[in-house]
Amino acid sequence: MATETGIGASVRRTEDARFITGTGRYTDDINVPNQTYCVFVRSTHARATIKSIDTSGALSTPGVVAAFVGADLAKDEIGDLPCGWLVKSKDGSDMVAPPHPPIATERVNYVGEPYALVIGETVKAAKDGAEAIVAEFDMQNPVLDVASATQSEQIHESVPSNRSYDWELGDKAATDAAFENAAHVTSLDIVNNRLIPNAIEPRAALGSYDAASETYTLHTTSQNPHLERLVLAAFVNIAPEAKLHVISPDVGGGFGSKIFVYAEETAVIWASAKVGRPVKWTADRVESFLSDAHGRDHVTHAELALSEEGDFLGLRVKTTANMGAYLSTFASSVPTYLYGTLMAGQYKTPAIYVEVQAVFTNTAPVDAYRGAGRPEATYVVERLVETAARELNTDVADLRRRNFIRPEDFPYETPVALTYDTGNYAASLDKALDYADYAGFAARKAQSEAEGKKRGLGFSCYIEACGLAPSQVALSLGAGVGLFESAEVRVDVTGSVTVMTGAHSHGQGHETTFAQLVSDKLGIPFENVSVVHGDTRRSDYGLGTYGSRSIAVGGSAISTATDKIIAKATKIAAHMLETNEDKVSFDDGIFTIPDSNESLSFGEVAFSAYVPGNFPLDELEPGLSEKAFYDPANFTYPAGTHICEVEIDSETGTTSIVSFVAVDDFGNVINPMIVEGQVHGGLAQGIGQALLEHGIYDADGQLVSGSYMDYTMPRADDLPDFVVDTTSTPCTHNPLGVKGCGEAGAIGATAAVMNAITDALGIKELPMPATSETVWRAIQGG
Amino acid sequence: MEFQGESNIPAPCQEVWDALLDPEVLKECIDGCQEMTQVSEHQYLAKVRARIGPVRTTFSANIQMVDVVAPTSYTLEVSATGGAAGFGKGSASISLEDHGPETQMHYVVNGVVGGKLAQIGSRLIGGVIDKLTTHFFTKFVERWTLQT
Repeated sequence: MATETGIGASVRRTEDARFITGTGRYTDDINVPNQTYCVFVRSTHARATIKSIDTSGALSTPGVVAAFVGADLAKDEIGDLPCGWLVKSKDGSDMVAPPHPPIATERVNYVGEPYALVIGETVKAAKDGAEAIVAEFDMQNPVLDVASATQSEQIHESVPSNRSYDWELGDKAATDAAFENAAHVTSLDIVNNRLIPNAIEPRAALGSYDAASETYTLHTTSQNPHLERLVLAAFVNIAPEAKLHVISPDVGGGFGSKIFVYAEETAVIWASAKVGRPVKWTADRVESFLSDAHGRDHVTHAELALSEEGDFLGLRVKTTANMGAYLSTFASSVPTYLYGTLMAGQYKTPAIYVEVQAVFTNTAPVDAYRGAGRPEATYVVERLVETAARELNTDVADLRRRNFIRPEDFPYETPVALTYDTGNYAASLDKALDYADYAGFAARKAQSEAEGKKRGLGFSCYIEACGLAPSQVALSLGAGVGLFESAEVRVDVTGSVTVMTGAHSHGQGHETTFAQLVSDKLGIPFENVSVVHGDTRRSDYGLGTYGSRSIAVGGSAISTATDKIIAKATKIAAHMLETNEDKVSFDDGIFTIPDSNESLSFGEVAFSAYVPGNFPLDELEPGLSEKAFYDPANFTYPAGTHICEVEIDSETGTTSIVSFVAVDDFGNVINPMIVEGQVHGGLAQGIGQALLEHGIYDADGQLVSGSYMDYTMPRADDLPDFVVDTTSTPCTHNPLGVKGCGEAGAIGATAAVMNAITDALGIKELPMPATSETVWRAIQGG
Repeated sequence: MEFQGESNIPAPCQEVWDALLDPEVLKECIDGCQEMTQVSEHQYLAKVRARIGPVRTTFSANIQMVDVVAPTSYTLEVSATGGAAGFGKGSASISLEDHGPETQMHYVVNGVVGGKLAQIGSRLIGGVIDKLTTHFFTKFVERWTLQT
């Protein structure tokens, strides 16, 4: 049904009215009677042994209710924060995960690690109490350099060489052989800079304990409240899942950083029972910088082997990934199964070998950040391919086209464990070339040069595996949880519909997209569909939102549940029309017996379901509510071409992005406007990594880019007017033919920008971010 | 970050040296110093109010005098905590050259900060140390120059 609100329509987001008028309901907006406030005392040292912590000054501070240290949690058998994905090393041994107590007990391992908490009647009282805590530390030299971390002093007693694992993927012998037979080898040394997520809403938690029902309620800023509940119940030992109610209300952005289970909500929910009053914590911006899991931070050497004619023969990648001081919730999977598996890119490279060692340093934990592993993989592959084309004096588009997996090759099994279901990479490339006026670039470059400026063009033909699921694959690769999604479609008596989803919206617009999907399928008004999410007591166990999985997995679950509604409603309609159900057809909200004038509206059938006057109860149950748990057969594989054109001021080194084209294949699209918005946001973050953003620790392990004075976020005037369009090869294995769009921008953009800048400067490598200073120095240096 | 400089003081070496050991003199010359207590021959405790960019805090400083070669040189090792603002560590090496009625003073000052100070004030810290150092030695020299 093509309507103004159905599948394929650019419906304005229904949630935006509350978001832009300040009437959203975020965790910090929620206040409960008798509430107290928590402040965490954080290490100012990167690596130190705790000699003593004296909380007496805090306890005698007016307005302080309680003060706790790590030992207090340990006494209550509060467990460590676990890492939920087991990666195995080359030799078959399990990764090493050091103990990660929520509140440090014996030592602190990064600046910002909490070692005490103070609970007060007000935030101010708690802060005053925190100031009065006296702790003595025995400081040690921090380990900060990723490349040399394995040769540095050992941070954790249980982790020799500061190495969590040494992982490999692919056929080493075949790859080495490919390099021996190569006519040309392109190699690059790449540093993928550390990023800090910066969601607009800082993390927050409000824990309450109801002694009467022995139930804990946690409001928190989580992208996956069910996972939060599972970890707090099964690993941290707060309470059984049934006694733990997690609510994740409106959440202002996550980008991955709110997937994880952190120290703060753990301590807050525990403390609420301890003090017998609700406890609230809201991060200030400085705490967000210090304690949100950071992203990226890889050091890589990569080589591409090519034949005389320009065929890719082999790819060899050796990466050291920084895990920070501890293994965060999903940290181990990011530089392995979300990275190494993507090294085929869009190409038929026959032999690929990837080695990744994950190391600990005295910095904040690193985990998934928008794209998670796939931006790093794309950066490696697309920087190599572009550099190879330049070295071989070949057109960068032609070299890619020559090596693309072709439409007739699908399903295509890569040498790195994935099977791509469908795609048409040349279609996206061609469309992007048109938009970018590739043919006119030489003239534009000449014009820039005449004005004393440098101009460059950069490509990125990315692919991602997303729609994170399927459970079977994830579990076989070491995941500790299934990755399906749940949905319940509940038809109300009057025919309106409430949808419960296990996915979680923190800016993605689910309330709109999912309502479009259901209203379209049921032929009912868009306004009559409500979407509920983020509450473990209202929706079935689900896995939340990350890895561009909401529409592909969550949407497919809703679609499946809606199909069950149609099936049940058809039975009811058949009963009402006194015919067999196979004689009843359903279209656009109307049940009919074809070739008759007998019909019923969806609303009439729904009403009858709840007013079952003469139902044959042994054959037909009353009610109209259905559930589905959807677990797909494969990942989805969005792919596309990004083309970036830059102009650089030779005097100042300032880079302007004069044009940015993104043509993405997301399969079918439910709401093109929301998809375009997701792409815009992703591009901004991808460009931010290339030009501006950098998480920097100084030689003492102090985070010196710890505020907006030193950590540069992209702003509107750093970005061009994006040209965004799509192509479509529908996903072959989910009922909607959708692929997901949330991460594509951040995955593709970074390589395109850096390819453009290195093209303009005529150099091979440049570290990110390409700030004016970095670019200016490169110009001066040659 | 390191800063160094020198000054000519119109006073004999021993007189300058004595002033350098006098907690009252030190208090007077350190910008923002609210308290300076001598706890042993070579150890002082101080409270100094300082502003580093957007962070204002009162530092509790433990000052230790080491490598003391009377009356010509010593090094002050300073370790200061600023509560929620973080901490500072630094040293100041001062040496005096005896030129009869005049004394030539050389100094080298180092400092690092941690915690919130590093996070939001690291770009400013050099300027602050430079300013504190200049203030100290200007005030110190003025003890004699303003009298004459």
